[in-house]
Amino acid sequence: MTMTIAYPERSAVTPAGTVLTHTWYLTGRKLHALIRQPWVLAFSVIQPAIWLFLFGALFHKIIDIPGFAYGGSYLAYLVPGVVAMNAMSGNMWAGMSMIEEIERGTLNRFLVAPASRLAIMNATVVEQAVSTTVQTLIIVVLGYAGGARYPGGATGIVMLTLAAILVGVVWGSLSNMTGMLLRSREAIIGVYTFFMLPLMFLSSAFIQPSFMPGWMQAIAARNPLNWEVQIGRSVLSANPDWPAVAARCGGLLALAALCVAISVTTFRSYAKNV
Amino acid sequence: MHSIEARGLAKSYPAPGKSQSKSTGNGKARVTALDGLDLTVPSGTIFALLGPNGAGKTTTVNILTTLARPDGGTARVNGVDVLAQPARARKVIGVVAQRSGADPTATGRENLILQGHLYGLDTRTAKNRAAELLEHFRLTDAARRLVRTYSGGMQRRLDVALGLMHRPKVLFLDEPTTGLDPESRTAMWQEITRLAAEDRMTVLLTTHYLEEADRLANRLAIVDHGRVVAEGEPDQLKQELKGDVIQVELPANADERHVTDALNAVPAVRDVLVAGRNVSARSDDGAAAVPAVLAALAIAGTPAASVTVARPSLDEVYLRYTGRRYSQAGEEPPATRRPQLTEVSG
Repeated sequence: MTMTIAYPERSAVTPAGTVLTHTWYLTGRKLHALIRQPWVLAFSVIQPAIWLFLFGALFHKIIDIPGFAYGGSYLAYLVPGVVAMNAMSGNMWAGMSMIEEIERGTLNRFLVAPASRLAIMNATVVEQAVSTTVQTLIIVVLGYAGGARYPGGATGIVMLTLAAILVGVVWGSLSNMTGMLLRSREAIIGVYTFFMLPLMFLSSAFIQPSFMPGWMQAIAARNPLNWEVQIGRSVLSANPDWPAVAARCGGLLALAALCVAISVTTFRSYAKNV
Repeated sequence: MHSIEARGLAKSYPAPGKSQSKSTGNGKARVTALDGLDLTVPSGTIFALLGPNGAGKTTTVNILTTLARPDGGTARVNGVDVLAQPARARKVIGVVAQRSGADPTATGRENLILQGHLYGLDTRTAKNRAAELLEHFRLTDAARRLVRTYSGGMQRRLDVALGLMHRPKVLFLDEPTTGLDPESRTAMWQEITRLAAEDRMTVLLTTHYLEEADRLANRLAIVDHGRVVAEGEPDQLKQELKGDVIQVELPANADERHVTDALNAVPAVRDVLVAGRNVSARSDDGAAAVPAVLAALAIAGTPAASVTVARPSLDEVYLRYTGRRYSQAGEEPPATRRPQLTEVSG
């Protein structure tokens, strides 16, 4: 039998200033590592780029199907989908670095130091946001080079990036949680590759929903990844449907907040008893 | 004044093997890591926790450094109750864990400065302190190199430097020299001894090297199966085992009980222990007792293959308190080892 002991100070809150400065330094550490290995970021964009160009070329005539209500090229149609896909696959690796830090003892080193727990998690979220932004912009540029045009302009690209960050945070937090709980790289790869393709095909990433069977349309409407694709496509168009964009952004924001909360809770329970 | 006071620390983990999931966490199939461990470490000493893998050393360190919570017991470090006020405790302790913990994708200097920032040092102080420690640990030339490129010895020195950034009052060193070559190990010992003397730190060191405990520690505790079985100064512990040790190697297939009975009948020796082919016994005058021992073995029909007489070593102390020879204990199946990635030995 185990005895339960109350530890009053466990719930003590770290001063906000400390959380901020620690977030700053710990994020700096992560971004430094990122800058030192820029090829890691570039490498992770290769797969989305292949989708963009090969899929774009292979199915370029899809756009001519009667009823395909899209003004630009199929490549341009694909850009928001590929951005969403990258936001997912890129952040899938978050849990891997979490496992690595646990195995190396780095995480424990921070835990025995008076480091703000919240800051440790903040740093991973900020890192995810930064790398997702860079990758999204690379895809946007690649698309442009391939002939895609973005009537939505800079505002559209900023909104597309924000939506991608939200999806990235959702996926990164879940991956972190999986890493902390299962401590297995294989599990992370398994879980996330399993979900990725179905989520992609149950969205408007490749084709507009009106061409889908009814059941697929129903799922797609509830698929957060599809929300992001729809946000992206809308904001990049000449006449964004702002109320719909706002509603879907709200949905993604709520989901991201929930996932971060779950991930932080998992982390706290890890930190309380290593 | 005591830097560390732990009373009755108890801790068990779900048994490894079946699964790491919660299914075993229901009070059954648990492995006891600590079984009422008591520890008192006087301030300013280098104190060694000595024991084989799985004895409970790392679990003790994890509890004292606020990483793990015990199922029962109390612990104070530098006067702070680590269970009630872990955040306060963290400020006064330095920890060098078994696993490196240094970020391989950053330079040695960056690692140290970040560590300083986490302990609340301002950038300037952190930079100065980092330079000082890099110099001290002969890492100045490698300061701006990524830690990934460091040798094992360099990484370990950096680990210790990380633990010292904020000038802790109590330093925990968990297996500081495991995996180091003999030369690096000796250098590390000198470093630790010097540091402790200069900064008047209390050092709690865990080791499964007898020699390390003997060379470094002012005091030591032998930990076995989650409890402290002996405690004192190394020399004092050895002296308590009065007299010399006679070690005899038997021929193969000797009958243990037969041999024990034969030797117990020799008046000049005591504490007879037979473990396989190795027999040890104690005597006030080892050299004088050897003929009688050899004669008794010859009569018993198991003549000795070899015999040595030695002054008591820590190995003998260990044998006395645990009933096992140290080298054998280390080879036991690591039954109490945790199924966690964060731990190599207990």
